[in-house]
Amino acid sequence: MMERTLRGKVAIAGIGESLYYKRGNSPTPEFKLALQAILAAAEDAGIDVRQIDGFASFADERSMPVRLAAALGLPELRFCNLAWDGGGGGGAAALGNAAAAVAAGIANCVVVYRSITSGAFRRGVGLAGNPTISGDRATWYPHGMISPAQMFAMKVNRFMQDHGIGSAALRAIAMASYHHAQMNPRAVMYGKPLTEEAYEASRLIVEPFHRLFDCCMENDGASALIVVPAEWVKNLRQKPVYVLAAAQGTGYREAARSHNAPLYASAGFTSLAPRLYETAGVKPTDIDTAQIYENFTGGVLMALVEHGFFKAEEANEFLTLENLVAPGGKLPFNTSGGNLAECYMHGMGLQIEAIRQLRGHSTAQVPKAKLALMASGPMVAPTSNLIVGTAETL
Amino acid sequence: MTYLAEGLPVPVAEDDGLDAPYWDGARQRRLMIQRCSKCGTFQWGPEWLCHSCLSFEIDWVEIKPTGRIYSWERVWHPTHPALKEQGPYLVILVELPHAGNVRMIGNLLGDPLQAVQTGSAVAADFEDHKREDHSYTLVQWRLAKS
Repeated sequence: MMERTLRGKVAIAGIGESLYYKRGNSPTPEFKLALQAILAAAEDAGIDVRQIDGFASFADERSMPVRLAAALGLPELRFCNLAWDGGGGGGAAALGNAAAAVAAGIANCVVVYRSITSGAFRRGVGLAGNPTISGDRATWYPHGMISPAQMFAMKVNRFMQDHGIGSAALRAIAMASYHHAQMNPRAVMYGKPLTEEAYEASRLIVEPFHRLFDCCMENDGASALIVVPAEWVKNLRQKPVYVLAAAQGTGYREAARSHNAPLYASAGFTSLAPRLYETAGVKPTDIDTAQIYENFTGGVLMALVEHGFFKAEEANEFLTLENLVAPGGKLPFNTSGGNLAECYMHGMGLQIEAIRQLRGHSTAQVPKAKLALMASGPMVAPTSNLIVGTAETL
Repeated sequence: MTYLAEGLPVPVAEDDGLDAPYWDGARQRRLMIQRCSKCGTFQWGPEWLCHSCLSFEIDWVEIKPTGRIYSWERVWHPTHPALKEQGPYLVILVELPHAGNVRMIGNLLGDPLQAVQTGSAVAADFEDHKREDHSYTLVQWRLAKS
């Protein structure tokens, strides 16, 4: 019987991005940014735009697939899909869903994308006024736990206390993202290096562990990648990168309401990560570079532990700037600058960077990178993750 | 005097009534939590069936309102406009040993700059918010002698 996995069945043919902007600074409307990113991905792949026949996205994506298909003059739309709930946690799931559709023959050329003008849509401004609220949120909003930083610091504090992890570990994560952004002219924080002193002097957002530089930015931009059957690679412009595995979901009652997940101090990857590695047929030590969604550095810390890169008790030792940077670090991490310093495309920029690394095109290239892991979400439910590899990893 | 400035979102029971016994109980200074009448499993937040034995027969029971701090945070950057002048404040996650260790979010009353220890014993303090419509009571917490 044929193995029921995605391993090697689909390839990422193209990647495309709009220009990236500070929040509210895009002169281009959101839908037009999405179109720009999609056209750039098709051009990169060497694929006629009219071959696109599907779209997959996540979070509260506003650029609707049917409008995209009409705008692009697509002859046929065979697949449109939005990963359910979890905000940025659906990023790798969107690619997984696109890959599943292509592997199953539902569609042949599926765009995975995200477009955001956070300024225009007042994202992150917070709830103003005092409307009535009910359900889950009603049990924490009235206590001043409203923003994601406030929601997630509670998990991070417990995890760091349980394992004796100090704030220098989080500082190394923030500094690695900023370090890589200095090599990436696309990055919003290009030319704005972060020093230890500036990190330590930055204001507290939520004590005990989250300072300003532990938090992602809000940005404007769009990014896209194109998923095609593995058989197409011989006709493509770029070195092919294959999907080895993609996972999504939660473990036992991880979404239990009002902060009642049994495993509370978690990034949400304890059930996904073993499944991901098993499907891909690789181990954590095989991974050449990790691209981990940074909503907050504390979530990255837990995500790295849950993906088996080190044990929680080794975090203080492992999480140094030296270990996290390309080309020579033990685990080059967020080599484009990520959500903290490249652009907060809700993790899509990190998926694209994983592809770029395996093509050998990163601005912070890991020598001979063959396997890259990307994880979406930390601390939300559901989360998702993926492993991509070069042809020699198949 | 409430712990946080007035003007935050106002909690009301869900339209389908699922959590109404909790909010009604709080107004009467009673901490109400779901417990399965078949298998005795405590459940919070509320749901229509028991996650353990899948029975729909779930009761609301009054719980001794004491617990211990499971985790905590001190917020320095408020996001809601009503908290602009608030200054730092403490949010805690309280574990309820009298209800199968379910947890709930609240504020730790007292000095917002006090040192906080995970594991500290706390007791509920019911905080009334009187309004023309949708008056509500929040379950808040104070340090208790353990």
